[in-house]
Amino acid sequence: MCNLNEIALKYKTARTGCERRVIICAGTGCIANGSLKVHAALKRIASERGLDVTIELRGEEKHDVLLSQSGCQGFCQVGPLVTVEPEGFLYTHVKPEDAEEIVHTTLQNGKAVDRLLYKNPADHSPCKTTQDIPFYSRQTRNVLKECGHIDPESIDEYIAGGGYEAARKAWLELAPEDICTTYKEAGLRGKGGGGFSAGVKWDLSRKQASEDKYIICNGDEGDPGAFMDRSILEGNPHSVIEGMLIAARGSIANHGYVYVRMEYPLACKRIRKAIKDAESHGILGDNIFGSGHSFDIQVMEGAGAFVCGEGSAMIASIQGGRGMPRTKPPRSAEVGLFGKPTVINNVETLATVPQILRYGVEKFRSIGTEKSPGTKAFALTGHVVNTGLIEVPFGSTIREIVFDIGGGVIDENGNIDNTAFKAVQIGGPSGGCLTEEHLDVPLDFDSLSSIGAMVGSGGLVVMNKSTCMVRIASFFMKFTQHESCGKCVPCREGTRQMLELLEDITEGRADETTIPLLEDTAETVKITSLCGLGKSAPSPVLSTLRYFRDEYEAHVNGKYCPTRECSALVPITIDPKICVGCTLCKRSCPVGAISGTVKQPHVIDPGKCIKCGACIEICKFKAIS
Amino acid sequence: MKPIIYINNRPIPLEGEKNILAVARKAHIDIPTFCYHSELSVYGACRLCLVEIEGKGIVTSCSTPPREGMRVFTHTKQIQRLRKNIVEMLLANHDQACPTCARSETCSLRSLSAKLGIENVRYRKTKNPKEKDLGSIALVRDPNKCVLCGDCVRYCDEIQGIAAIDFTNRGEDVVVSPAFNKSLADVGCVNCGQCAAVCPVGAITIRSQTGGVWEAIQDNDQKVIAQIAPAVRVAIGEMFGMPSGEVTTGKIVAAMRMLGFDLVFDTSFAADLTVVEEANELLKRKSAAGKLPVFTSCCPAWVKFAEQSHPDLLPYLSSCRSPQQMFGSLARNMLPQRMGIPQGKLTVVSIMPCTAKKYECARPEFRTDGFQDVDFALTTQELGNMIKEAGIDFASLEPESMDMPMGMATGAGVLFGKTGGVSEAVVRYAADVLGEERPDSIDLDEIRDIKGIRETEITLGSTTLRLAVVHGLKNAAYVAEKVLSGELQYDIVEVMACPGGCIGGAGQPIVHSSEERQARAKAIANTDKISPLKKSHRNPFIQELYDTLLDEPNSEVAHKMLHTHYTSRKRIADESISLTGSSTQERVKVRVCVGTSCYLRGAHDLLANLLKTIEEKDWAQKVDLGATFCTERCDKGPSVAVGDDVLHFATLDRVVAMIQDSVRA
Amino acid sequence: MTDTLQANRSFRKVIEILDQHQRDPKMIIPILQAVQEEYRYLPQEVLVFVATSLGVSPAKIYGVATFYSHFSLEPKGKHILRICDGTACHVKGSGKIITALREHLSLNEKKKTTPDMLFTLETVSCLGACGLAPVLVVDDDVYGQVTPDKAIEIVNELKKQEGHDV
Repeated sequence: MCNLNEIALKYKTARTGCERRVIICAGTGCIANGSLKVHAALKRIASERGLDVTIELRGEEKHDVLLSQSGCQGFCQVGPLVTVEPEGFLYTHVKPEDAEEIVHTTLQNGKAVDRLLYKNPADHSPCKTTQDIPFYSRQTRNVLKECGHIDPESIDEYIAGGGYEAARKAWLELAPEDICTTYKEAGLRGKGGGGFSAGVKWDLSRKQASEDKYIICNGDEGDPGAFMDRSILEGNPHSVIEGMLIAARGSIANHGYVYVRMEYPLACKRIRKAIKDAESHGILGDNIFGSGHSFDIQVMEGAGAFVCGEGSAMIASIQGGRGMPRTKPPRSAEVGLFGKPTVINNVETLATVPQILRYGVEKFRSIGTEKSPGTKAFALTGHVVNTGLIEVPFGSTIREIVFDIGGGVIDENGNIDNTAFKAVQIGGPSGGCLTEEHLDVPLDFDSLSSIGAMVGSGGLVVMNKSTCMVRIASFFMKFTQHESCGKCVPCREGTRQMLELLEDITEGRADETTIPLLEDTAETVKITSLCGLGKSAPSPVLSTLRYFRDEYEAHVNGKYCPTRECSALVPITIDPKICVGCTLCKRSCPVGAISGTVKQPHVIDPGKCIKCGACIEICKFKAIS
Repeated sequence: MKPIIYINNRPIPLEGEKNILAVARKAHIDIPTFCYHSELSVYGACRLCLVEIEGKGIVTSCSTPPREGMRVFTHTKQIQRLRKNIVEMLLANHDQACPTCARSETCSLRSLSAKLGIENVRYRKTKNPKEKDLGSIALVRDPNKCVLCGDCVRYCDEIQGIAAIDFTNRGEDVVVSPAFNKSLADVGCVNCGQCAAVCPVGAITIRSQTGGVWEAIQDNDQKVIAQIAPAVRVAIGEMFGMPSGEVTTGKIVAAMRMLGFDLVFDTSFAADLTVVEEANELLKRKSAAGKLPVFTSCCPAWVKFAEQSHPDLLPYLSSCRSPQQMFGSLARNMLPQRMGIPQGKLTVVSIMPCTAKKYECARPEFRTDGFQDVDFALTTQELGNMIKEAGIDFASLEPESMDMPMGMATGAGVLFGKTGGVSEAVVRYAADVLGEERPDSIDLDEIRDIKGIRETEITLGSTTLRLAVVHGLKNAAYVAEKVLSGELQYDIVEVMACPGGCIGGAGQPIVHSSEERQARAKAIANTDKISPLKKSHRNPFIQELYDTLLDEPNSEVAHKMLHTHYTSRKRIADESISLTGSSTQERVKVRVCVGTSCYLRGAHDLLANLLKTIEEKDWAQKVDLGATFCTERCDKGPSVAVGDDVLHFATLDRVVAMIQDSVRA
Repeated sequence: MTDTLQANRSFRKVIEILDQHQRDPKMIIPILQAVQEEYRYLPQEVLVFVATSLGVSPAKIYGVATFYSHFSLEPKGKHILRICDGTACHVKGSGKIITALREHLSLNEKKKTTPDMLFTLETVSCLGACGLAPVLVVDDDVYGQVTPDKAIEIVNELKKQEGHDV
């Protein structure tokens, strides 16, 4: 039987035997930037310089340096990241060539390598630790806290940090009913989209009479631009397993599945290893914690279908079928995987679960808002200085995220210019676009849905004034249209027609019927689609129509794209410096769009111009383009 | 008191309906739907059956269970608008060749868009035309008309247990198609045609053969004779505004004579003959400890199903040809001589409720003197269309009687039209033979919990007959497996692929509920009831036939003319796995069958071991190994071909030995 | 000789894969993933074999294989180039990389694999490496902050390794 205290004690003893610890980020982003080469270089050079380096803690051996790899730290943009403890120095953009200096200056002399420190983009002042970097210091990293600080492949380190204690308590000391009550009181809501109460979900499944019940961890993070699930699975897989264990106890489930996108090979590898380690520690499998109960977890890799993030489609996929959602009722908690009661929670929700038992309901509720307690991770990207994965309390505002954590907006030339802010797209293809007027709206489930957006997957794309909102709507529509499973008529046919209409608008083919038809179609798809994917597919269109209608109208009526992003709608103009007023163009224009008097520069009315190009061809002075 | 819900403010009592749609139908409100089918699982994809529930908003009525006190509204302004938009979306990409579509008059999309008053489709066509599947003899698949309601997919899977078609691709590219987009002719499709029957539009239709029949009729040199199956007479009236179940035998005969058929006979006559032959086969097998049970063989969809997925069952199948083919064989053997014409001048047409009969009559074994015994198998619908084309006012015709002798039938022969009928007819005959006086009707209790499987026991003299009656091929497969495993024991198992038997055949006029089928079944039973002759062998012309031509039941000549044999059949055409690269050397060709039956008999492990052996012995240059799907000798599997020799009941050692011999040679 | 052995081994692997998954029809997706790993696509006749082994209809297997974008029914190239076209990458110009690579390899939206079977070019909706946008994944290697020129350079490097002229 697994003795958590013993493992923790052993680990801590071993850990104190190491003077320094160097943590190299080995998330997907940093690995792509070469962090594993940095790891190798540090190991080689530190040894050459006479330091005793180990990559693994064993017993009570003493070492100079413990060289670890961590999961994603969220700030991939400035990776590879290297952290040195106990000082907490954070080095950015580290290359293998930098190893020499790090070893000499920091590992041997305890000083920071200034040139590798993060420089505050506003004043170029160096930041020694994460606490000095606004990107980190303004966040509230609870769920992501350990990601980047612990070795995701070490179950012992997870246990040493208090891990699996909550699961042990759940299985040995608490009744399933009490667990459900606790989580209902905590008000933990599903962070994958809808925001349904986790405790209520478990309780519904708990009440079903069935010998077999399932917990599915939804890691099919498909939103193009969100990667919190990947980061958690890569950086702290045991927190997800512990969450599943507690959910399983609460809903009296005996089998679990982790469904991960196949695009996340590292996440798959890490969660698989974590499951194996938990099994060998007696934390998963038969007779867990000696409770006499059993709970096992299997990993299923998705095969590339966004719609499988929808619960019933995911179930169909695990059962070996086409991932098509089904109608409800019955709900999955009643009739789910293999016909058995099934709870589906997403990765981030499950990773939050252990904290509530570990630190108590009060502590959890002290962060966030009354109805949306706790924190939420967002993938911040787009035209913003700092991009990456962030975690903030529910109720934080877009202003705080974009300007404090994100470090402000960048304009089309890459310079910081907060006046260039135009909109944020929140919640990915199911979410909506918000504008300046929403900068102070608290980000929580209810406030967002009241303004036509949703927390959704947590994608947060900042857009500056050079972004055409019709094109953004079109981009997301293209995505949902492509990912529609094709089962129900409105989603299959309606998204395609909406895409056609949007492309008509961006390519100058639209007329006065286009926008009303687009709205009518969006409304139909929203109300009548079978599943959440279809129902939310029109959100980007509806929200941009709501807040940027003038931009749509400029495209349609003025045949003009205000941002000039739509190349088909860039107006033809006459350069007044070159034009000599020969009137040739005026006479050649078939629609009378050109006006001007002889020997005076002429002007084209973009509203009338049909872009036939006749004027360009006829102008002898190349004044028209 | 029954709980009630309110539909459009009118109280409607609940009587165990599973969904609001069913309650509304009971209340005489026809909520539009493409994908709801009471016999299939709820799919919820067409989104047309929207209703508004007070306090709950807009939901699909097919998937929402009624709850006491619910207030449901079926045609609010918003719902009307949404429905119109959805239909418009479908119309945008629907091939609107309505005037030339076989389903023009029975198309739900066409009638719905008319009902909703859609005058203009605001959306544009976004999909490229797809190729039609014209490979099957029975069915035509046109993806350009498909609305993807999935009724066909679910019918083929849930009721027939075949799943010859499924959805493929995703999103806007979804189509319903057989595996690898092959033709229906090249996969496990048994031609039952129920996919066409449940299709709300013209995406799967019956392959019409009326052209060929018209040509024969209009050719003065040809004598065109016809046989009419029992189920046709209780359904064809539906195409002419008559109620389901109206028996129109005489009108059909009159109409067919008006069309130009020279002689019109009754398939029920051949059914009487089938009863005598099959009952004798049964009694013989029972007394001689032969293979029991006898599975009936009148349903060609079932026969193909058994051939391709249950080869072990083939020895149990009755060797009797179906009534259609018995008739065809008799016609070819008797009529040219009687009519004084050469074989080539006789065209034999059958009028069938069935699409699989088209496949059956084209099977190569059913030929006489090189001519197909039955040249054309028209469906009820096709005959109805011919009558319409000729402008005949069917409903007003005076009945005429069939031609003799093959127009004479007993009630037992007519019973073939519905499920349970064959069994009942056989029992009546057997009772007489075994000297038992008993009522003319047997009682099949629905005692198994699976609908569609009924069984009973009847004691006749000292003999007890155990009967099972099944419709739906999934049910048939269930019974077949239990019989093969010895779990269930019967003497005779009657199988019909279609719901309710032939009266529910896919060639019948399109119906939208099971009520029409019940009315047809009742009419068949009534025809039997009022029939003066109820036992097949009492048919005077049957007796005459044995006296003059066939000698006695199961005689040699009867076997030659009226019986057949079965062969196992590939489920999917033209597939084999080459496990060999090219080689300049001449190699021994080894082919392992990995078809279903051989697979079940261990071909999988055999192949794995063989692959290992070849590598161990370094035979790659000497052996050209491949896997093939079905050598069509399933009963003797696993089968392995080494060179030209086929090894049955193969084991690794024997195959290796054979290869060794060949390699040495 | 070698492709004989290869065909032989690949198929033996299929049999092994089926056995590892207990020939269980609900394991269709992992089985197809493993088969594709072996053949780099899903050959039709192997799918028929898998269908037979699992006792499901070939149409059903085909339906599953065509539903998921990861599965390919046509042979893929030796090297798979996947360009992320998720939001972050899209905003940062992944479209230009797609255009440049298609042009460089003479491919288009329908034609995804080069005739010499060396490269297959795919777009994916998000690789979850948004911090590095735009991202190109070549086989298992992730390249961040890619430009059209850099992408072509990567492809040319691979061509050289394969002994092709650039």
